[in-house]
Amino acid sequence: MVPLSWYLTLSAALFSIGLFGVLARRNAVAILLGIELMLNAVNINLVAFWRYGDPAMITGQVFAIIVFAVAAAEVAVGLALIISVYRNRNTVIANDIDMLKW
Amino acid sequence: MTIEMLIWLIPLPPLLAFFLIILFTNKNKALSHWVAVGAAALSWLGSMIVFMRALKVEHLSQHPFHSSINWLPTADTWFKIGILIDPVGAATLFFVAWTIFMIFVYSVGYQNFGQPEGDHDIKGLPPHGATVIDPNGHKHKVPSVEPMYSRFFAFLGLFACGMYTLVVSDNLLTMFIGWEIMGLCSYLLIGFWYGKESARNAAIKAFMTTRIGDVFMLLGIAFLYTATGTLSFRTIFSEEVLKALATTPAFFGLSTAGAIGLLLFIGTVGKSAQWPLHVWLPDAMEGPTPVSAMIHAATMVSAGVYAVIRMFPLITADFSGHGLTPTMSIIAFIGAFTALFAATIAVAQNDIKRVLAYSTISQLGYMIAALGIGAYVAGAFHLVTHAFFKALLFLGSGSVIHGMEHGVLHTGDHNIDPQDMFNMGGLRRKMPITFWTFLIGGFALSGFPILTAGFWSKDEILADAFGHGHLVVFIVLALAALLTAFYTMRQISLTFLGEPRSKAAEHAQETPWTMTVPLIILAVFAISYGWVGIPEHFPIIGGLIPNWFHEFVGSTLAEIPEGVGFNIVPLITSLCVALGGLFLGWLVYHNVKTGAIDPFKKPLGPIHTLLKKKYYFDEIYDFLFVKPAYWIAETLVSKWMDNGVIDGILHGIAWAGSHLGTLLRNYIDAPVVNGFGDLVGEGTKKIGASIRPIQSGRIQNYMLTSLVVLIVVGGLLYYLLVLA
Amino acid sequence: MDFMQIIFLLCAALILGAALMVVTTRNMIHAALWLIATLFGVAVLYVLLNAGFLAVVQVVIYIGAIAILFIFAVMLTRREMRDQGPQLNKGWWMAGLISLLSFSGLFMLFTNWSGFRRTMVEIPAGLDTLKELGLALVSPNAFVVPFEVASVLLLAALIGAVYVSFRGK
Repeated sequence: MVPLSWYLTLSAALFSIGLFGVLARRNAVAILLGIELMLNAVNINLVAFWRYGDPAMITGQVFAIIVFAVAAAEVAVGLALIISVYRNRNTVIANDIDMLKW
Repeated sequence: MTIEMLIWLIPLPPLLAFFLIILFTNKNKALSHWVAVGAAALSWLGSMIVFMRALKVEHLSQHPFHSSINWLPTADTWFKIGILIDPVGAATLFFVAWTIFMIFVYSVGYQNFGQPEGDHDIKGLPPHGATVIDPNGHKHKVPSVEPMYSRFFAFLGLFACGMYTLVVSDNLLTMFIGWEIMGLCSYLLIGFWYGKESARNAAIKAFMTTRIGDVFMLLGIAFLYTATGTLSFRTIFSEEVLKALATTPAFFGLSTAGAIGLLLFIGTVGKSAQWPLHVWLPDAMEGPTPVSAMIHAATMVSAGVYAVIRMFPLITADFSGHGLTPTMSIIAFIGAFTALFAATIAVAQNDIKRVLAYSTISQLGYMIAALGIGAYVAGAFHLVTHAFFKALLFLGSGSVIHGMEHGVLHTGDHNIDPQDMFNMGGLRRKMPITFWTFLIGGFALSGFPILTAGFWSKDEILADAFGHGHLVVFIVLALAALLTAFYTMRQISLTFLGEPRSKAAEHAQETPWTMTVPLIILAVFAISYGWVGIPEHFPIIGGLIPNWFHEFVGSTLAEIPEGVGFNIVPLITSLCVALGGLFLGWLVYHNVKTGAIDPFKKPLGPIHTLLKKKYYFDEIYDFLFVKPAYWIAETLVSKWMDNGVIDGILHGIAWAGSHLGTLLRNYIDAPVVNGFGDLVGEGTKKIGASIRPIQSGRIQNYMLTSLVVLIVVGGLLYYLLVLA
Repeated sequence: MDFMQIIFLLCAALILGAALMVVTTRNMIHAALWLIATLFGVAVLYVLLNAGFLAVVQVVIYIGAIAILFIFAVMLTRREMRDQGPQLNKGWWMAGLISLLSFSGLFMLFTNWSGFRRTMVEIPAGLDTLKELGLALVSPNAFVVPFEVASVLLLAALIGAVYVSFRGK
């Protein structure tokens, strides 16, 4: 039997890896990749808890589906933004996009 | 006005003259000399009146003219000052008044009143002569008037006031005040021509040397006051006080009277230029000749002897008539020694005034020796006669110098020293009045028998010395008398006899009446004054004229001293030494030729140099006292203590202060105080600058920062809330 | 170790390995492809968790749409195939530290929870999760409103993306 702890550990690890990707990658698209990994880790967590909790309560899966939708929407907008910035600034390096300041 | 009131007023006119001249009449020469001579005349008149009255009083010593006032409050009594004219005071007043008056009149001529102002005369230097153009167009150089004419009379006036004060005072304090005023005037007048360095040095030397004596005198006065509580002569010389002082022992085995007498005598040693404080008098000849006459012949040095005469009862308080007390022995020794010592030096001097200066020292030694052996009347007698003939000799020498200067100006040869006797000669023809009066004065000094006053006074001293058995003193004084006659004739021969030895001497001229009349008057006194003191037992003429002087002056003492009985030995001795000395002097010196050296030089050889150099006493004192004093003043006190220590401390304090200030500024003010202020500002800027990069605009940084904070805060909360 | 555990471990290895490659590889296309691998692994995991529908949705949406979108974006933001240079920025060690810390923090939180070692429960017989999911998504007293709102969100995202990157004529 696979105890819940394995799933939770896996999701925590995947989350951390995604966090590392977000924080440490130069390319803005790679940052979004990291975010995707984090969202996936969350999803794993949700589904694991649904399965190991009360499978009759379908709320867990519903939550996961909503997360899917949100992830998709966010990726779309994010990439659109990156492309727009790329067109203006001619760079996708996150460090060079430093307009969010006074 | 009472006689006492008159006596109080006698010192006043010259003092007023001093102030008037200094304050008001300085610019006007004629007015100044009228004020001064007038003041001297007034004091002379007053003195004559007092003297005449004093002669009339029976037993003046018992009822002297006396008046005193309460002056200084001292606890529950008063310190009194006042005037006192007893016989010896009256006699002194007589000769002081005459000599001062004569010298004032003489000074008018001596300072060339009436002559034109000099070509390039400067105040502070002797006048050099003026060029006048006579009707033919020839240029002549004539003597010029002294530029500081009025000042001279002012100082003379102050001096006269000092002397009169000394003579009329009835207590040691005002006597000392007069003494010191004369000391000051002596300084001012010796250094009258202050532009000459020699005059300046001589003035300081005179003041310093007499000061040494004055210090001891002041100690004596203080001692006397502590012992008796009074300084009034009448109280001190009363029997009880004298007895008390004579029997109380003081230091070094002397009685109190003897100790005080010795201390007061040291003041006289300074003032009357006795050995060892004799060095100032010859140098004092730098002053104008009237000054030399007044101060160093007639009055100031006489004041020293007068002081001893005044204090005679105190000095002889423990004298019983037989062996001399220690104080008296010291006085007699110093007097006799000085008499011989100075006479030997005078033999080798070439300057006309120097000879007279050493002669003065020698004659004062005579008087002091006389007083030392207890010959009161003889000492006083010689004091009076000496004042007259020495003043005469000095004024005469001034006249000679004037005549020589006239000759120097005429010839234009300024290399000739007008005071050097070896440049003179044959002046008897050119300056007859001066010659005859000088001769009279010189004979009086030598003790020419019968006719001159000097004979009587000197003979009396020698008789007293022999008669009371002081043979050493007798022999020394006799030798000194021989030398005195010798150098006096030397001086007369070189100056007046023979032929002129220089062009200046050939062109010398007699001096005006203002100078010759005083000479004549003094010459009269130099001859006649002796006749008031002829001893009773003198062969042939004794007894014809009563010995007024002995009776009069001797009465000042409690018991009139007996005249010493007549003895042929001192008379023969004094005749021999006087006539012999005069003859020897004439013999050696009457034929000295131009440019010749002193005939005595070769025979005496190195001794002559020793005499000429005054036994090197000036050099010895310079080495022993003057140079160390200068060293102490310049190096020890001025350089090391003043500049080094005191200035060093000041500089040190200043340095410390400024360094402390710098320290405070650099280490506290700037870094701490300013630094704090700056820190706030700069700190804020720096903190801002260091925090500002947080807002980098880079999203990843923002995320990192927020996660870090989250973790930290989360950990903290977890720790605090969950674990605790 | 039974069969499920082995499958799980293999899956986990795939997921974590691919994820690591995603965040470290230099070439962006490779990163996207490694993401696809990760997503596959996650899908398999869903199957293990009896959430078949989710597995399919994962493959179709995530891999089929999102990963492709990533590849498109990478292609549109590349300059002359330039993928040289470090792909990690300067503070990557801090990022690593943070991620380690977050992992350990999460792990500690989990271990302190009582239900950490729970085992899988049997699905009750007769429970059709798919049917239940479908019903939950559309029934009004379940989750229809979030469902509809999610679609509005997607619409907004669509419009927004178009608007942001519109180049305007």
